[in-house]
Amino acid sequence: MKAKIRKIMTVVDETLTEQGQSVSPPIRRAAAIAVIANPFAGKFQEDLSELIDVGEELGQLLAERAVAALNASGNNESGNGGNVESYGKAAAVGENGELEHAAALLHPKLGAPFRKVLGKGAALIPSSKKRGGMGVALDIPLGHKDAAFVRSHFDGMEVRVPDAPRANEIVIAVAVTTGGRPLPRVGGLQVSEIKGEDGLR
Amino acid sequence: MPEVKVRKFLVSVEEIHHEGGPPAAVPPKRGVILAVVENPYAGSFHDNILPFMDDLKPLGLDMARRLLAALGGDPKSIEGYGKGSIVGEAGELEHAALWHAPGGYSMREVLGGAKAIVPSAKKVGGPGTRLDIPVTHINASYVRSHFDSVEVGITDAPRANELVLGLVMTTGPRVHARAGGLAVADVKGEDGLR
Repeated sequence: MKAKIRKIMTVVDETLTEQGQSVSPPIRRAAAIAVIANPFAGKFQEDLSELIDVGEELGQLLAERAVAALNASGNNESGNGGNVESYGKAAAVGENGELEHAAALLHPKLGAPFRKVLGKGAALIPSSKKRGGMGVALDIPLGHKDAAFVRSHFDGMEVRVPDAPRANEIVIAVAVTTGGRPLPRVGGLQVSEIKGEDGLR
Repeated sequence: MPEVKVRKFLVSVEEIHHEGGPPAAVPPKRGVILAVVENPYAGSFHDNILPFMDDLKPLGLDMARRLLAALGGDPKSIEGYGKGSIVGEAGELEHAALWHAPGGYSMREVLGGAKAIVPSAKKVGGPGTRLDIPVTHINASYVRSHFDSVEVGITDAPRANELVLGLVMTTGPRVHARAGGLAVADVKGEDGLR
């Protein structure tokens, strides 16, 4: 494996009620987060292909960990990722790195193995990136995996690793969910109206 | 007996491969489970708060089981533990103390008996408050390699009338433990201390 991993963290949250209303079944959201060495920290590197390949490796590893965590903590008929409704990804680069390093991890090659773990996923995987110090919060944007315009599934999940990223590290995360917001009621495209052809509607 | 109203659970597991030294053959894990529950005593002073302590026992057991499952399910793999709670702003620090008995009882129950006192931390705070939950060895509080802590928190909790209740279990020492002191191999296991 090209990625030099210091730690891996998984987080699952499960919402049972919201504003006094029961959420049934409870909605679960899981994130898998890796803390890796940044091979290009402290210097300018024109060719980012090493990080692009690391992104591909982590696309599979983190997707598998996130799906396993999502399904380990609930009563599920589907344990293979087929129950995932929305997804997202994010990265935070330590202070000796460059925002472009996060882009290299996230954008060119991470998506294909991530979608393979889920079975499908026609929509763009929403993403966010930043540079920051240890404990910086990542707000992972979430969108429906088959149709980006599904309004009920626009959401975000905040995660952090208290001791990362160190200056020469990168924190990279993927998130998957079993549903959208707990009590969606602002209209827009519904899950039942998804055509699933272009990844948008 | 009032029902314990849970708004959400959060489970998180860290798997630590190294911290600049040689990678661990079996990476130690640190697991956390948090529950966000309604604080039945928020908003005014209640003299007798003990009933809620018993009410929390079934929830504690459920949380300890969930946490153990997230760490692989084998009670023998658990070497360290800790607990903590955060009280929302309409509550009182004393409400956090209601977690001592159920939190400790539930982990001992699930781990099949553990001798050491469960270390703990508590505070009053707003949504997103972070709490450093202390961790020590489950059978001997003085084991130096297992002194650790895990930072926990939930972005949107506790609201004013809520409590965040947390349990922590670990599967090993600090990843590069080398600061001496009582070693696991030297634990007598009689008094929970050494």
